[in-house]
Amino acid sequence: MYGKRVKLRFFFISTLILTFILIIYLLLEAFEKEVVYFLSPTDIKNMSEIDSKKIRVGGMVKNGSISTETDKINFIITDFKNEIIVTYSGAVPNLFMEEKGVVAEGYLKDKNFFIAKKILAKHDENYMPPEVKEAIEDY
Amino acid sequence: MFNYFEPNKIFSITSKVQKYTIYIFIIVLCIGLFEAIILSPKDYIQSDSVRIMYVHVPSAWLSLGIFTVISILSFFSLIFKNKNFPLICKSLAPSGILFSIIALVTGSIWGKPTWGTWWAWDARITSMLVLVLFYIMYILAWKIFSEKEKANKISSIIAILGLINIPIIKFSVDWWSTLHQPASINILSKTTIHSSMLIPLTIMTAAFALFALLIFLMKYNTELIKIKNKGLDRL
Repeated sequence: MYGKRVKLRFFFISTLILTFILIIYLLLEAFEKEVVYFLSPTDIKNMSEIDSKKIRVGGMVKNGSISTETDKINFIITDFKNEIIVTYSGAVPNLFMEEKGVVAEGYLKDKNFFIAKKILAKHDENYMPPEVKEAIEDY
Repeated sequence: MFNYFEPNKIFSITSKVQKYTIYIFIIVLCIGLFEAIILSPKDYIQSDSVRIMYVHVPSAWLSLGIFTVISILSFFSLIFKNKNFPLICKSLAPSGILFSIIALVTGSIWGKPTWGTWWAWDARITSMLVLVLFYIMYILAWKIFSEKEKANKISSIIAILGLINIPIIKFSVDWWSTLHQPASINILSKTTIHSSMLIPLTIMTAAFALFALLIFLMKYNTELIKIKNKGLDRL
């Protein structure tokens, strides 16, 4: 139905696409660690050694764990399997609160203790008016 | 089927459509803005900053959608040597790049009050930046090569290779841990945006789509006029 040149062009472009997909796939697999924006407390627990590089830890702020001292704020990040204690001095974003997502950037002191230099709030995919939220809570 | 192209016939339709599109766009945009700014409620946690969503999300969707269309049409134009598809792709690119930049900028403005940062090198944001770069390459390829055939080939290949980035943008929030939250609007699972916010989002998406259509028709008609002026009724 189609000429030989059309078939050849189709074959050429398909091969080009497949090659490119494969390259991208291999690159993303190889740099998985760099692509991931933060580690979970479980990832930290499973680390073989603690490196002194700046890393990010993310998860949920544990309910009732936020405590403020004069110039410091302490809280616990949990992924519901493991926990890590975080200490931070500075201003936190508006959306930083208990039972909400958080990403802390800083240094590990040990596997259970993290010194944050920067706190980012991670909000979830739920959007609703306050009245609806109240109704859900009452329910 | 793939080689049918008559600039004169198409122009007589598209020039009319362009006139109506601008009025529909203005009406839909006014309704959308009224819904988004006045009628829609505050978010229970983000309060008023959630309204950035009504610009950010439609722009992101459209920039992805337009790139996908460009890529698919480029694929067919390369294989079947279609004369019309390159013109369509070329005319779609400006609104595509505009929306991708709007998505990045509004995302940045939204990120500061909610996340606490203007920019993060997470998978979603970085892949979105790659999309902007692909748009820039695509548009530049058309401008750099003065020879039509060569410009078409190179820009088409850029568009086809860039298509691989689209699923990466879409699924980056599911595949890797990112600062960006996962999708709220899902076809297979539950949508997590309350209906009072979904309505303005839908209307704003329609308004932005009409804007993209309008810019597309303006560019496309210009391309058609260029062909007519060369005295080439049939290519």
